[in-house]
Amino acid sequence: MASKEIQLDHEVILDLIKPQSTVLDLGCGNGDLLYLLIKERNARVQGIEIDEQAIYKCVAKGLNVFHGDVDSGLTEFKDKSFDYVVLNQSLQQILHVDKVLIDALRVGKKVIVGFPNFAHYKSRVQMFFRGRTPVTGALPYQWYDTPNLHFLSISDFKNYCRLKKINVERSVCIGQARRIPFLPNLFAQTGIFLISKE
Amino acid sequence: MNKENKIIQNNSAGIVKAQVFTFDTLKLESGERFGPVSLAYETYGVLNKDKSNAILITHALSGDAHAAGVHEGEDNPGWWNEFIGPQKAFDTDKYFVICSNILGGCKGSTGPSSINPKTTKPYALDFPLITINDIVNAQKRLVDHLGIEKLLAVVGGSMGGQQVLSWLVNYPQSLRSVVPIATTIKHSPQQIAFNEVGRQAIMADAHWKSGNYYDGPVPSKGLAVARMIGHITYMSDKSMAEKFGRAKKDVGETFKFTADFEVEGYLRYRGDNFVKRFDANSYLYITKAMDNFDASGGRRLEEILQGTKVKVLVISFKSDWLYPAYQSKEIVKACKLSGVETTYCEIDSTYGHDAFLLEVEEETHLLKHFLKKIFYAYEVTGDYGV
Repeated sequence: MASKEIQLDHEVILDLIKPQSTVLDLGCGNGDLLYLLIKERNARVQGIEIDEQAIYKCVAKGLNVFHGDVDSGLTEFKDKSFDYVVLNQSLQQILHVDKVLIDALRVGKKVIVGFPNFAHYKSRVQMFFRGRTPVTGALPYQWYDTPNLHFLSISDFKNYCRLKKINVERSVCIGQARRIPFLPNLFAQTGIFLISKE
Repeated sequence: MNKENKIIQNNSAGIVKAQVFTFDTLKLESGERFGPVSLAYETYGVLNKDKSNAILITHALSGDAHAAGVHEGEDNPGWWNEFIGPQKAFDTDKYFVICSNILGGCKGSTGPSSINPKTTKPYALDFPLITINDIVNAQKRLVDHLGIEKLLAVVGGSMGGQQVLSWLVNYPQSLRSVVPIATTIKHSPQQIAFNEVGRQAIMADAHWKSGNYYDGPVPSKGLAVARMIGHITYMSDKSMAEKFGRAKKDVGETFKFTADFEVEGYLRYRGDNFVKRFDANSYLYITKAMDNFDASGGRRLEEILQGTKVKVLVISFKSDWLYPAYQSKEIVKACKLSGVETTYCEIDSTYGHDAFLLEVEEETHLLKHFLKKIFYAYEVTGDYGV
């Protein structure tokens, strides 16, 4: 890639997606992931993004993107419209997580979810010893300016999938620069899950 | 520096000339055969060898074929001059841009003020009730006449956007992309209501005389009021407050109901100016065509669009309350459901409906990149991390 190295989370998601797939990215931001998916996987992609300036960046990349919020963006799609629906670093900012996830599993044959792990040891240390809301690499915001509405751990999400009878096909947990296979709920900053419902 | 040089330095389309294309008959949606039909049109840029770079611009209610550049000896730039020219959104170094005055108009194309060859008098109300699809069918004839099989894009705002949707529904095989801007699949009761007040103002003018005013004074008061109502709906509360506030003009008149607020003076000026360049009967016919338009013809738009390969860019504006964003989202929804490749952007503007003429920077960015993608027929542009 010319001007920027591939982010680790993007690399992981790329690995999860089969070539020639159709992908909907909910909260696609500047479109970096979608751009990669076209280049590396020859995917047919569509983004949804709420930020107008990010839309302009997507359009400059030649991407198809809808200006709108994730909470209402899915309802108008037919069942199984896409091979994959991606919610990378957007799940924690959605108002009605449960509703959106169920709809994502309806619209996509598979869903990929990536979120910051609230139970990372650095967060735990800050909570335990300082009694303060954690501020870490994966959760870089102060309590008063965070866009995150939900704080969940990798274990929380696994538990959620069990409860809702959602299949976890694969999970990859990562730190800043590498994959964390060992005790991920303690050592991983980000959890990435490939899930489906059949 | 003489004026001509100055214009060319400002990336203008330069000196342009209107042309006229005439054909014998047009079968109207009503079944009636009408003719002869003349369409006034202008072109900018050069049609390439394989005729793959042609873009049709469709104008709004009061627009005309003069979309860019200036006419010889005049200094009126076209109505979308900021968008059409070298290096602009519609880059005339690359693309061949066409704009024609609509059927029913009064700026060179056949309309109610044209001479009826059978009576050698203006048609007036003998002119048939036309539809947006009729307008587009006439445009298709012009495009055929120019030898263009497939347009790169059809682009227009407001009523121009209605024509864009009509093209998308009726001639998908003749298009590679469409850009409907600040428009709707069909008018809401509110939009019809505003148009009806405008029509009533014209018809209430004693000079209107059931449309037969061409040999005497024109219904200028009525048409001016219609235009004033129009202008109110084209602006937003905020843009009016910013432009005029409650500032008063010093008119030095003693009449009690003189136009002393600046906004009043502005509306009167706009109204009076419009009368000089627009025909009242055209206003009646065109607004009626807009009100009657339903892009999907009573069916579901997503069913009609199913399987189309045309790429779509939909643009709306936050403060536009005449063609609110929810109407553009209806278009987007149909595209979503039919699996049409679509991009949608709601531009944060305070200009109201007029924004489609004024938000040059944002629209240019969207149009430029979108057209580039269509023209070069590749998926992704730019460097990673743009």
